[in-house]
Amino acid sequence: MNGVPPTAEWAGEEPLVFELSTDYEGGPREVASGVPERPLAELLPGVRLRAVPAQIPAVPEPVLARHLGRLARRNHHLHHGIYPLGSCTMKYNPVVDEQLAGLPGFADIHPYQDAADVQGALQLMWELERLLGEITGMARVSLQPAAGAHGEWTGLRMIQAYHAARGDTGRTRVLVPDSAHGTNPASAALAGMEVVTVRSNAAGTVDVDDLRSHLDGSVAAFMMTNPNTLGVFEKDVLEIAEAAHQEGALLYYDGANLNALVGMARPGDMGFDVVHLNLHKTFSTPHGGGGPGSGPVGVTAALAAFLPTPTVERDGDRFRLDGDRPQSIGKVRSFYGNFGMLVRAYAYLRTYGSSISDVARDAVLNARYLRSQLQDLFPMAVPTASMHEFVATTRGCRVPGLRAIDVSKRLLDFGVYAPTAYFPTTVPEALMFEPTETESKRSLDLLAAICAVIVGEAEGDLGFVQAAPHLTPVSRVDEVEAARKPILRWRAPG
Amino acid sequence: MAYLPNGAAERRQMLDAVGVASVDDLFSAIPGRLRHPSLDLPAPLAEQDLVGELERLAARNHALGTVDAFLGAGVYRRYIPAIVRASIARPEFYSAYTPYQAEASQGTLQTIFEFQSMICALTGLDVANASLYDGATASAEAVMMAVAQTGRSRAVVAADIHPEVLSVIRTFGAGRGLEVVLSGDVARAAGDRDACVVVAQPGFLGTLSELAPIAAAARAAGALSICVADPVACALLEPPGEAGFDIAVGDGQPLGIPPSFGGPHVGFMAVRQELMRRLPGRLVGEARDHHGRRAYTLTLQAREQHIRREKATSNICTNHALMALAATVYMARMGAGGLRRVAEVSVQRAHHLFDRLVELDGISAVPPGQPFLWEFVVRVPGDAAEFAAQMRRQGIVAGLPLGRVDPSRRDQILVCCTETTSPAAIDRYVAAAARAMPAGEAA
Repeated sequence: MNGVPPTAEWAGEEPLVFELSTDYEGGPREVASGVPERPLAELLPGVRLRAVPAQIPAVPEPVLARHLGRLARRNHHLHHGIYPLGSCTMKYNPVVDEQLAGLPGFADIHPYQDAADVQGALQLMWELERLLGEITGMARVSLQPAAGAHGEWTGLRMIQAYHAARGDTGRTRVLVPDSAHGTNPASAALAGMEVVTVRSNAAGTVDVDDLRSHLDGSVAAFMMTNPNTLGVFEKDVLEIAEAAHQEGALLYYDGANLNALVGMARPGDMGFDVVHLNLHKTFSTPHGGGGPGSGPVGVTAALAAFLPTPTVERDGDRFRLDGDRPQSIGKVRSFYGNFGMLVRAYAYLRTYGSSISDVARDAVLNARYLRSQLQDLFPMAVPTASMHEFVATTRGCRVPGLRAIDVSKRLLDFGVYAPTAYFPTTVPEALMFEPTETESKRSLDLLAAICAVIVGEAEGDLGFVQAAPHLTPVSRVDEVEAARKPILRWRAPG
Repeated sequence: MAYLPNGAAERRQMLDAVGVASVDDLFSAIPGRLRHPSLDLPAPLAEQDLVGELERLAARNHALGTVDAFLGAGVYRRYIPAIVRASIARPEFYSAYTPYQAEASQGTLQTIFEFQSMICALTGLDVANASLYDGATASAEAVMMAVAQTGRSRAVVAADIHPEVLSVIRTFGAGRGLEVVLSGDVARAAGDRDACVVVAQPGFLGTLSELAPIAAAARAAGALSICVADPVACALLEPPGEAGFDIAVGDGQPLGIPPSFGGPHVGFMAVRQELMRRLPGRLVGEARDHHGRRAYTLTLQAREQHIRREKATSNICTNHALMALAATVYMARMGAGGLRRVAEVSVQRAHHLFDRLVELDGISAVPPGQPFLWEFVVRVPGDAAEFAAQMRRQGIVAGLPLGRVDPSRRDQILVCCTETTSPAAIDRYVAAAARAMPAGEAA
């Protein structure tokens, strides 16, 4: 095609597995049944079998390995460079945690094995619950939710059950700040609740007067992220907690930003009743290209009866699952949670142990330092001191017309991932940076230097930056056209 | 500390640049009485001590590979080719983020597109999403999708659905007024108040249903038909889409993912074209880059929470991308032919074990004459939990004693064979079962 720049062999278009093989009937056959075989028609009388094989080709392993190798080179990842995504906490995932989760004693055990055969797994879950409870200041923690949003919904279901058990049935509304993650209102809607948005003030924190004006007997809960999505600590949190509790509402803590506080301050001490955690953020389990995550939910003693079943209980030196909890909201997923992620988070927590606050200290220092290095380049969304992340904007920077998306895409050319762009939605042209504690000063200096280069490039030739990225395996992808005529699967030609 | 790269010198330089005297000053916005809680946490561990500690915990579990395992019940021990584990162990995949920046995420995006395509091929349906948490939440999402599509609020669910799936459907529906009706004959039970009919293939107890009449009955009632399908069974049996089903969901765990005490696994969902915009979760679509080259991107995001907030089709933010990658590599390695062979070997072995067990005095099929694939129920004399305990003492995890999920089935056990169940293990099962029979039961 004209105008396509020459690329390395692994760049440009990569064939799909469907284009690497059309062998739908072969595949590995080394497994002999080893028992006297009978015709399927005899074993499965009257059962309708597949008439034609599924179009899933068997790809010879050497071909498949190279396909995966090329695809791997087309991903940015943490072993390659910084991932300064705000609110996502893309910290380094310790390699040893990956190895430990793969031990046969963890990976090769079945959720329905007798408790006597899985004492180590139950003990790990029991201990992890205590560690997370201690760090959050919560009485009990369910490890069952599979992700943060799943944890939010689980927490809201428990809040509903708490009010219902008290005969307080009129609480159908959930208050959410305008800067909240999109999952907060979506989870509330999924729980069948009405969402009311609370305004932020000029400092970027909750407008307490606006909050008070919404608080009444119809409010089940107020959901907060603290530090909020601007990276600003909600300094009025104690006043907010008191106001909410006075009106009979509960306070929900979205743990997406716990990395700023871990070991330094506890949501429970601030007055929160329900806390969800993202183990894939603060507790370093890998993001996996979009999951699996893990979203445990902690509650105060007043809500413990409503936890999903089963819980893990200890009798002396034996551990068991307890499914006999009559007030429970039920199960929120199959079995007991993303156990493999729990192993990783447990390993991470045991590594830090009582020094866990070192994580928050370096996370906040790194973010404040990066902010100091970028503040002459990009205006900050709010003047308020921020913690583990901060929000800048290209609006008002020295190149008119330079947009957040252009900076984001050009960063990719330098082997740096983009910050979270266009969030929170309250800030135009937002760039939300969160370096995490696992970046070195050298790495932050490099990021700041690259940002300066990009602004300089835009000053000289804005079009060049707007056409970025130039050096990635593919150039800017037309998302609008992709959504207009969605092609969501491969189909055989012809 | 192991994962903190900066030392005292760097911290000093950074504090000076920020313009504060100490790290504690960075936390001054936090009210004083909240700061520095005294925490009861264990001492930090060096990597070597950590490994020792977790290896000790792991050793307190009896891995399935160290016993003769006949336990299935929704989680299956299937052989996982080495390339599957090697692929998901690559940091390029496991340490990557959700692929929002398409240009730096083509690896993840393309593997998800391949996953979606393979799930469509397996289920015989038009569109599949990028994955969900597990089979149970996928089933619940499908039910809520049917509620939204039909404006009705009742679900007819086959009585032999997996109890974990049923429980999660109930929890999902409870906040939104969903009524769940269990039925032994869903085709007859479906009526014009129903949003959907849900059937599992195979059912929790291993039984197979004739799918086409169920889909037809749902359609006649104006309800959507939902099949909770085992993906390996889909390689052998008529797929749900071809039988007329609107939605197929299930758990992809049998496709190259270890049991891991119940998670992480991966949910899948495939639907007819008309339901595409109601799908929950991520979708990857084919696109073009500015040079006209084929590329992939997240698409139809207008359904999702970060755009639509409370009006989104679901609150799902992440999927289970890495587990979907494992399933994709597994399926590409095996192909449809290899998958079918895995299914056939499992069927042959399970039937061989079944035939030999029911020859034993005291053991009988429940219910007799029912077709099954690789999982079946037998009645044993007395309490099946006691039978399982006796078998366990002989190194055999004999199956799931059904009293654990249904008190009326205390004398029954659900037994499973896969391609990892060796013929020698089957011989040992039969011999041990004969020894476990109470004396005199033969009469």
